[in-house]
Amino acid sequence: MRRAHKKFAIRTAILISLCAVGAYLYFSGPDTTLGTESVLHRGNGPEPESLDPHKSRSTQAADVIRDIGEGLVGYSPEGELVAAAAERWEVSEDGLSYDFWLRPEARWSSGETVTAGQFVYSFRRLVNPETAAFYTLALAGIENASAIIAGDLPPESLGAEALDDFHLQIRLNNATPYFLDLLTHPSAFPVHSGSIEQHGGAFARARNLLSNGAYKLDAWELGSVIRLSRNEHYWNNAGTAIDKVYHYVTPEPQVELNRYRAGELDTTASIPPEAFAALKEERPEELRASPYLGVYYYGLNLTREPFKGNPKLRQALSIAIDREILAEKITGRGETPAYSWVPPGVDNYEAIRSPYADMTQEERHATARRLYKESGYSEENPLKVEVRYNTSETHQRIALAIQSMWRVVLGFEATLINEEFQVLLYNMRNKELTQVFRTSWIGDYNDPHSFLQVMQSDNPSNLTGYASAEYDSLMQRASEQSDPEWRQRYLEEAERVLLADHPLIPLYFYVSKHLVNRRVLGWGDNVLDYHYSQHLSIADPD
Amino acid sequence: MLRFALLRLLWAIPTLLLVIVLAFLMVHAAPGGPFDAERSLPPEIEANIAEFYHLDEPLPQQFTRYLKGILKGDFGPSYRYRDYTVAELIGGAILISLKLGALAMALAIIIGVCAGTLAAQRRNSLLDRMTMAFAMTGISVPVFVIAPLLILFFAVQLRWLPASFSGSTSGWRFLLPVIALALPQIAYIARLMRASMIDVLGSDYIRTARAQGLGTAAIIRHHAMKPAMLPVLSYMGPAIAAVLTGSVVVEEIFGVPGVGQFFIRGALNRDYTLVLGIVIFYATLVITLNFIVDVLYGFVDPRIRHR
Repeated sequence: MRRAHKKFAIRTAILISLCAVGAYLYFSGPDTTLGTESVLHRGNGPEPESLDPHKSRSTQAADVIRDIGEGLVGYSPEGELVAAAAERWEVSEDGLSYDFWLRPEARWSSGETVTAGQFVYSFRRLVNPETAAFYTLALAGIENASAIIAGDLPPESLGAEALDDFHLQIRLNNATPYFLDLLTHPSAFPVHSGSIEQHGGAFARARNLLSNGAYKLDAWELGSVIRLSRNEHYWNNAGTAIDKVYHYVTPEPQVELNRYRAGELDTTASIPPEAFAALKEERPEELRASPYLGVYYYGLNLTREPFKGNPKLRQALSIAIDREILAEKITGRGETPAYSWVPPGVDNYEAIRSPYADMTQEERHATARRLYKESGYSEENPLKVEVRYNTSETHQRIALAIQSMWRVVLGFEATLINEEFQVLLYNMRNKELTQVFRTSWIGDYNDPHSFLQVMQSDNPSNLTGYASAEYDSLMQRASEQSDPEWRQRYLEEAERVLLADHPLIPLYFYVSKHLVNRRVLGWGDNVLDYHYSQHLSIADPD
Repeated sequence: MLRFALLRLLWAIPTLLLVIVLAFLMVHAAPGGPFDAERSLPPEIEANIAEFYHLDEPLPQQFTRYLKGILKGDFGPSYRYRDYTVAELIGGAILISLKLGALAMALAIIIGVCAGTLAAQRRNSLLDRMTMAFAMTGISVPVFVIAPLLILFFAVQLRWLPASFSGSTSGWRFLLPVIALALPQIAYIARLMRASMIDVLGSDYIRTARAQGLGTAAIIRHHAMKPAMLPVLSYMGPAIAAVLTGSVVVEEIFGVPGVGQFFIRGALNRDYTLVLGIVIFYATLVITLNFIVDVLYGFVDPRIRHR
């Protein structure tokens, strides 16, 4: 019996070791690390929805498309406009007509020349209703664009024309000082007409996609990684340092951080809020936080009680919030308290600040209490209000802090309701349930218009129901103005009107947050948080 | 037997249809649409997109269109991944998910059955106590706790294994997710196996075998193993379902580009067609596997013969 026992044990042991060896042989695939090629591993956040510049709209897609494509103009690492596919341009005196001269040496990844005709083709494709593009803002100001999108005019009537192979002319409806900034957006990048005719809807996939940027698409492993490699035909190939760029799909910031810590990523798309303080101690040189064109705010639904027709109440709620505490103690990642709608540091603008920004905390409390009383509420008759935010720890902590500030200063208890993001979006757009709601706005281009347009009464992203004739008319006058100084004055006046009306409560301005390995060189901080891989290089291991 | 199998197969059709109807109604009842984002779309663009995806049609018409598509094997385009169809997305992810699930199940069965048998054979020994303590932990500590711990220890601290599946080309990338997925099943199967083995070892015919002078190993191998496996076998159906649902969490944590990850993203993004496609796929899989287990059961246990 003992012997049988031993035999059984020995056989089991042999079987298990055989399994282990088999598993090892099966699993250890070929070694794919190559000697001299430089590879950049970038965490890119959630998966891009498409690499077709006309069908995507997420920042993750844009980050990849900025590596593989190129518009007429682009940005330097520090966010300065620079020539890209166009080598120079001229703007007419009235600001309505733009002439671009393309680089004769600009090439597609197939080696074909990039022509003005292809830009015209691409612009028409973007506004063509059949394309069903999400994001047409970049070209919406071009002559006839709106009518084409609405299906009233054919795409051929768009105000963009190729005067010869390298000369492109664009005509606008109104002078738009930020038009060049708009053209840096991927939706204004060219697509290859022949490739679309050949592959149809599948043209933006690996092996099909022809692009004109510093990199070309090698592979897109869904849910996993997008692999790019150097485009040998790119006009500035000599100035591109890194050979291969891998954009990893990293929807969960905590998972992304683990991968960064394990040395699998060189850069991250974000930093989990709860890990920020520790990382600041642990890896101060790798942590990059810098001002970003975005504002975190609480919107107030002006179409229903209690905020409808009660500006004093709106003002009281806004002034009672101590934004310094929110920015320093609650978020604590370098965010700055927001006393305006347009973030400071935006081009073509003088930052405006609400009058209460310069008050002391006691003065603010006294003002808030006075306004609260004047708006018809008191301790005996406290305000009943619901605050909605989408499920997330940061949003919850901010909501709790604000709830307690309102309790201490004004003496009422707000009800906090957290909702799934899509549910909150639905409620905000419907304006039937919402009273106070958390949301944010990220600027698309470096101009105050990117923020101020949101609060125009007919803008679909205006979730507060704010409709001020005065504000709308100031915005209209600004858009018709070709003199930049006057335009700026109208915009500043519009923001003053907006801040006095308090349809929303700006809380803080965002910072962009990344971890960047020390071996990655050339990473610049800029307000749009654009980081082209072609500007980066990798330090030689010493 | 054949009649039983045919009947079971026939029942699968209405079951599947019910799943499709319920899933269709539920995804459409969830507030918010597939194209809502913080940045609202201008109305004319919204109209263009709704027309492109037939979302402007009334719901019954959308359902008939969808059902007709499925009958032709067309699960429609994904609303979120605009360059891909649902069939392509699932098709690409299935292989990885199935591989992960199959490896986890294999690991769970091998280790679970061995550990359970050993524990039963040496009842109340130190080995038995340790195995059962381990099993208790495996059952009670959820995957979303175990998985990050595994990563922290093996990937971040020791740097032996990749922290994430995606992007790594080494086969070892499977190891941590498979362990995380298999652990609760190992634990459950070990407990099940131990109890049933103890039960079998105490039965009369085993005593007879012992009296004939057979050794423990031979008894277990030739006489006790098969009947003791029965409860484990009937647990296979629920176990596969648990591995499937567990894979949703594990795939998320390890960044495995499998079906589970698409399911989560699809639900959060209101990617109607993708979610429906995955629900139909999972339902078909579970129905098929349960069917196989039922038929197998008949073969293993001579006491049960389906009429």
